Amino acid sequence: MPKTVTENAVTPSQGSDKKVKDDKRLKVLEITMKRNHYRQDVLIEVLHKAQESFGYLEPEVLDYIARSLKLPLSRVYGVATFYHLFSLKPSGAHSCVVCMGTACYVKGSGKVLEKLEQELGIEVGETTPDGQISLMAARCLGACGIAPAVVLDGAVAGKQTPESTLARIQEWHE
Amino acid sequence: MDLAELQALAEQERSKRKSIRVHCCTSTGCQAANSLGVKENLDKAVEETGMGDRVEVVGVGCMGFCGRGPLVQIDPMDTLYEEVTPETAGSIIHALNGGTAEPVQGDSQHPFFARQMRVVREHSGKVDPERIEDYIALGGYQALHKVLYEMTPETVVQEVSSSGLRGRGGGGYPTGLKWATVAKMPGDQKYVICNGDEGDPGAFMDRSILESDPHLVLEGMAIAGYAIGATHGYIYVRAEYPLAIKRLQKAIQQGKKYGILGSQVFNSPFDFKVDIRIGAGAFVCGEETALIQSIEGGRGNPIPRPPYPAEKGLWQCPTLINNVETFANIANIIKRGAEWYSSIGTEKSKGTKIFALTGKIRNNGLIEVPMGITLREIVEEMGGGVPDGEVKAVQTGGPSGGCIPASLLDTTVDYDSLIKIGSMMGSGGMVVMDKETSMVEVARFYMEFCRGETCGKCVPCRTGTVQLYSFLTKILKGQATAEDIEKMEALCYMVKDTSLCGLGMTAPNPVLSTLRYFKEEYLELLKQPQNGKVPV
Repeated sequence: MPKTVTENAVTPSQGSDKKVKDDKRLKVLEITMKRNHYRQDVLIEVLHKAQESFGYLEPEVLDYIARSLKLPLSRVYGVATFYHLFSLKPSGAHSCVVCMGTACYVKGSGKVLEKLEQELGIEVGETTPDGQISLMAARCLGACGIAPAVVLDGAVAGKQTPESTLARIQEWHE
Repeated sequence: MDLAELQALAEQERSKRKSIRVHCCTSTGCQAANSLGVKENLDKAVEETGMGDRVEVVGVGCMGFCGRGPLVQIDPMDTLYEEVTPETAGSIIHALNGGTAEPVQGDSQHPFFARQMRVVREHSGKVDPERIEDYIALGGYQALHKVLYEMTPETVVQEVSSSGLRGRGGGGYPTGLKWATVAKMPGDQKYVICNGDEGDPGAFMDRSILESDPHLVLEGMAIAGYAIGATHGYIYVRAEYPLAIKRLQKAIQQGKKYGILGSQVFNSPFDFKVDIRIGAGAFVCGEETALIQSIEGGRGNPIPRPPYPAEKGLWQCPTLINNVETFANIANIIKRGAEWYSSIGTEKSKGTKIFALTGKIRNNGLIEVPMGITLREIVEEMGGGVPDGEVKAVQTGGPSGGCIPASLLDTTVDYDSLIKIGSMMGSGGMVVMDKETSMVEVARFYMEFCRGETCGKCVPCRTGTVQLYSFLTKILKGQATAEDIEKMEALCYMVKDTSLCGLGMTAPNPVLSTLRYFKEEYLELLKQPQNGKVPV
C-alpha cells in the first residue's frame, strides 16, 4: 500500500471554500474520496467524478480536491490539464464527438467534421455561442467496424455521412 | 469454492441450457446499431411463440463481423443473421418453427470466418460476458484452480516460457521471460498490471476481449499473480471504453462472490484482488512507465528505463505489465499445455493474433489468425479486398507502425517480418487504404496525432513531432523543395534515436515507411520549377 505523503498543502481560500461546500454535487465527490480513504493515488478517479457531476473542472473544485487529498494545487492542476478528457471550461448542453481514428479518417470522418465546423460556425474544441453544442474530436473510439463513428450526447452512431450527422444535430435545435 | 463445486456449477449451468441458444451481440459496435432493441424483440418473440422451454436469447460479446452488425447467431445450427433490426428480429424466432427470416443470412463458411483460428476469442460471441456462471460452464477458472493445486509458481512460469508466447501489446517481448524476471525479484509486495489502454487508432481488439470475455483476462491475471508472487492486480482501461469498464466491474464482483478473486482464492492460501483504474485520454499512457505514473494518480510522463518495471514499478515494487490479449492467452496455455500452444504459428512467433481489419475493405471487423499467415490472405481472402478498387497499402501498428505497399502483401504476419519491412505488429490495428488515400496525408495524419499526444517531457519528441508536422504541411501545400525532404528524413532518424520512450522512438515510422515505399507521392508535391529552374 502506498504511503500517504503530506506535501505542501494549499492554503485554504475561505471565500471559494464556502461556495463549494454549499454545493450538493460535492457530496458525490466527498463520498468517492472517503471510500478511497483520501488516498492521493485516486486523484484521476476523483477528477472523473468531479467532471461528471459539475460538467467541467472549475478552479474552486480543483482547489477543494487538492485540500481534501492533501496535494499541492499545482499537482492537481497539472494532472487535470495533462489528460484530454478533463475540461477546465464549461461545455455545451449537447456534445458531438467525431471520431478521428485512422479507420474513420480513411472513411471520411474529416469531411463530417469539416461540415459540422462550417454549419455550426465553430472550430473543433469549441462550443456554439448560445452554449448549445460542443464540437469535439476523439482519437479513436474503438468502433472502427462501423466507421466513421460519431458520439452524439454519449450515444455512438455508426456509418455517418456529413449529411446524416448534421440532420441529427439539427434535431437538437427543435 | 473447491474443484468439485466448480465442476458441479459448470455441470448445472450446462444442463440448464436450452436446446437452442440465440446469441445477440451486445458489444459497442452492435449496440450503436441498436442491438439492444433487437434483443428485446427477440425475447418478446420467444415469449409470444411460447418457445421459452427450448429457446433462450443470450446477450453476448463480439462475433467479429462488426461492419455488418447487429449480428444474431443461433446454436447449434450455426446460422448467422446480419444487419438485424428490431423490426426484423421477431422473424428470426418465427423461422425456427419453419417460415422465413427477414434479415440477410450470413455465410458462416466464408473465409472471413473459416480462415480464423480462435484461441483467445474461442468463446467470444458465445458466452454471456455479464454472467460468471456462463464462463464457468465453458470450463472457465479451471486453469486457475489447476495452477493453485497442481503446479508450483516455477512450473507456471516454465509453462508460459515454453509456450513461446510474446507480448501482444506490440513490442513482442517474450512473456515467460518477463514473468521469470519479476518472479525472481526480492520483496513481498509485487503487482500485476493489465494494460488495457488501447490507444492506437484503428485498433479495438482489447476492447472487444474485455467486453466479450472479461473473466478470461481476470483468470490470466490471477494465474500471473500466483506465478510471480503478487497479491494485487490493476487493470488500466481507457475511459473511452465505458462498456468494457462496466463489464469488468461486474466480473470482479462476481469473482469475489464465488471466492475466485479476493482473499483465499479457491480456499488456497493465495490472495488476489483486482482494481480497475480508468484512464483519462492520454495515448502515452500505453507506455508502461507512463501507465504506472497514471495509476499512481499523476501525469502520464514516462520515466527512463532501466530500472524496468520488473525491478521498480508501481510504488517502486517489482511489477509485471502485460497487455489484455497476452493475459487472455494464459488460461488456454495452462489448460491445453505449452506444447499445443507452440505448435501454432511460426518458429519465432507462436500462437494466434487478433487483428482489427478496417478501412477501405469489404468485410471489416475482428479476426483471429495464426501467426505466419500472409497479409494477402488476410486482406484479399478474408477481408474480400477493397470494394470497387485495389489495395494500395495496409497500415499496421498505428502511429508507431508503417504503411505496407500492395507489392509486399505476401509478407507473413509475425513480429520479425513486419519489422523487417519497416512496420510493426503493433497491438493489431490493420487499416486498408485504396488509391484515393494520399500517403503524404496519412503520414501527416499520424504526425498530427503524435504531435498532440507527446507528453512534452523530452525535447526530441516534443519539438521533433511539431517540426515534422510542419515539413509535411509544407509538402502538402506544394511549397517544399527536395532539400526539405532530406531534412525531414534526417530529423526522423534523430527523433527515433534520441527520444525517451516508445512514443517518440516510433513516431517517425509512418513518415519513413511512406518515404520508403511511396516516395513518388512526395516528389509529385514538390514546388514546381519556375522559369525552367529548379529551386534549391
